Amino acid sequence: MGLVNDVQNDGFGGIPHNAITAKLEDLVNWARARSSWPASFGLACCAIEMMATGGAHYDISRFGMEVFRASPRQADIMIVAGRVSQKMAPVLRQVYDQMMEPKWVISMGVCASSGGMFNNYAIVQGVDQIVPVDVYAPGCPPTPETLIHAIETLHAKIESGELLKRRAVTGAGAGLHVTEIERGAQPIPVILGSR
Amino acid sequence: MTDRAVEERAVEERAVGSTAAHDILSTIREGNEAEQGLKPRSELTARELLREVGAVLRLSEADAAKLGDIPLDPADDQTMIINMGPQHPSTHGVLRLMLELQGETVLRCKPIIGYLHTGMEKQGENLTYMQGGTNVTRMDYLSPLNNELVFSMATEKLLGIDGDIPERAVWMRMLLSELNRMSSHLLFMATNGMDLGAVGMMIYGWREREQVLRFFQKVTGLRMNHNFIRPGGVAADLPAGWRDDVLYLLEMIPPRLEEYDTLMTGQPIWRDRLQGVGVITQAEAIALGATGPILRSTGLAWDLRRDQPYLHYDEMDFDVVVGTYGDAFDRYAIRLNEIRESIRIVHQILDRMPGGDYRIQDKKVTPPPRARIDESMEALIHHFKIFTEGFKVPEGEVYVAIESPRGEIGCYIASDGSATPYRLHVRAPSFVNIQCLPHMMRGGLVADAVAVISSVDPVLGEVDR
Amino acid sequence: MSDTAEPEVVAPSPTMPEPLMLHGVPLSDSRGQRVLHPTRSGYLELVRSLLDESFTMCADLTAVDYLTFPGRSLPEGVSPERFEVVVNLLSIERRERIRIRVQVPADDPVIATLFDLYPGSEAMEREVFDMFGISFTDHPDLTRILMPEDWEGHPLRKDYDQGRIPVQFSTDFAAKERAQ
Repeated sequence: MGLVNDVQNDGFGGIPHNAITAKLEDLVNWARARSSWPASFGLACCAIEMMATGGAHYDISRFGMEVFRASPRQADIMIVAGRVSQKMAPVLRQVYDQMMEPKWVISMGVCASSGGMFNNYAIVQGVDQIVPVDVYAPGCPPTPETLIHAIETLHAKIESGELLKRRAVTGAGAGLHVTEIERGAQPIPVILGSR
Repeated sequence: MTDRAVEERAVEERAVGSTAAHDILSTIREGNEAEQGLKPRSELTARELLREVGAVLRLSEADAAKLGDIPLDPADDQTMIINMGPQHPSTHGVLRLMLELQGETVLRCKPIIGYLHTGMEKQGENLTYMQGGTNVTRMDYLSPLNNELVFSMATEKLLGIDGDIPERAVWMRMLLSELNRMSSHLLFMATNGMDLGAVGMMIYGWREREQVLRFFQKVTGLRMNHNFIRPGGVAADLPAGWRDDVLYLLEMIPPRLEEYDTLMTGQPIWRDRLQGVGVITQAEAIALGATGPILRSTGLAWDLRRDQPYLHYDEMDFDVVVGTYGDAFDRYAIRLNEIRESIRIVHQILDRMPGGDYRIQDKKVTPPPRARIDESMEALIHHFKIFTEGFKVPEGEVYVAIESPRGEIGCYIASDGSATPYRLHVRAPSFVNIQCLPHMMRGGLVADAVAVISSVDPVLGEVDR
Repeated sequence: MSDTAEPEVVAPSPTMPEPLMLHGVPLSDSRGQRVLHPTRSGYLELVRSLLDESFTMCADLTAVDYLTFPGRSLPEGVSPERFEVVVNLLSIERRERIRIRVQVPADDPVIATLFDLYPGSEAMEREVFDMFGISFTDHPDLTRILMPEDWEGHPLRKDYDQGRIPVQFSTDFAAKERAQ
């Protein structure tokens, strides 16, 4: 299978859609959903609940996700677990950039989703200001059951191929382009594409 | 990569014309990452080096030289500065370490923090004392009830009601604080084990911790970050059947601790990895302000529960666990045995838990019971005022300290007479304990760096606040 | 229990009411806790004598910005300034604590460092510098510790806003009014 430039139109490996390649696509999506490895990006209290989800009681190993890859190159899903401070934001973006396609982001907890209870100078009000997020899991911290629900929602979307198709159409998601802002200049709004 | 190397690479890239790489590099260089770095040993003045080693023990230059500094290999005078973190599986949160290495030996280490700074102290100035618990509890997120406890105790001292808290509330606070100590130390067992390679320990530690968290969920409604201990008492009474739940915990955990002893304590690999690693002397620990298991591992039996008792710890019968060598193994053993001591204390609390109110019956501080709001206009107004405006705390300033699983956690509140603190400061034990890292890692191997960090057991939430 | 002689605590004389003194510095009581109020110049000397008196651990070093509360109560003879550096010391031998509050003026926010006496105050003084802008003379590494290196402003000062962004669907009408 060669490089996929446009999933929707190219089909697989440049071979136009037919009964066989569609099944291959399904197979690949099925495999991706069932073996998505998270990049460990645990920051604060949500990280503890994320580790609890990996523990024996809640066990995300049954979803194929118990290997938290330290190296972002080997990871598929980045679960941003915890509050992202101003100092941590460039690090978050750097780690996200290092992940290989296809990649997804789960924003775990209210601090990652919207800044949470910390509406102040120090916390980025939602990681979707920095990385494109696929699933938001609310809670402070979300119990492991909530996180598993979020993971399963993401898996369903991976399996249906919906997310990758959408990104290809709108040019948003992983194709996000960031313009470097000069110091002292006015902030430039980033448009995340229309739905 | 040293700054020089980064610069050279950038020049190279520019020459080649690769703008993307140049952009990334210049962002890194100009951004906050590169500036908070470590200057190599060769560029430091003698005075600065002396300060690193001798200052802690207040030695003269001659004595510091006699300390037997790590000999620099004349054939290899290049030291390497590497960066560990902030995203790294073994740094207990977003801790960044700059290590200066000579071969495998760590010469110097500089911890760089601030990656989890949440502005909690600033936010605390805009939250009422009732809401303050939600803020403070997220600092040390592994022992949230202890954070709430110290905040509530400081508020009560300012209010002047610290002697009037009902007995049941005090005993409930003790019960929750000790169970929290157990759950925090169990998590230490889990992460310490995993950092050192006993990956199964992660599963075992969490297995026990889940049971304790289940009890917390039953009592407080949440597994973590409870906001249950509030100024004036606790938020709700213990539910029916709590004794059975606690007894279940107290019977289940000791045999599992024996399992940990088999898996870890007596095991040669474990001992080799921890004994003699991360040694700190008593003088160093006191000078650096380290408290908790770090200070106790040096042989000093300082535990605020016994030496400056709060709640009813002066009536409890428990031992303060002390180490001898000040190394990582001592700290591990101390925490393991502190779980046992906490179990002893919880047994005593079970026997002696009194009945009565679970919060002070002071209308200005405690909201009325929900049922009364339907009947009495006064109750409705009180409820409204307490939850929107908050209760006013008389002017003054106070510092209260308790023993959290990591050491002395203190809360300094300065009040101007209004309903929100004028200044809220939490003295976080991990913030001060992290200063011990350079002294513990000096002269050790880079592979032991992880063991040392793990034995200090920092929680970055309280380090950065 | 300690061998060192207790330092003289001078009681107020009946003719002229003066605050209690300890080591030549006014001593006050705050909810049962002892607080000393040295001047900036006498600060290091006082801490040194307390260190010799068995207060071997610096438990906490922080600061307060009294910009919007200048009228706080202080003992006689202590003139309030904008900043206060608050040091909590602990004596392990005697199981005692003592607090020190030093007034630091806004136009010259500099004070001596305690690093040579208590190396553990290094990180705490850096945090005070970061959050308040108070400099410590002779500190080995006075740089920002919590905020990014190139951050401007000192967040815990009272004239620095919390930085709330207005919440879109909020019933907090007062906040919305303030935002406009």
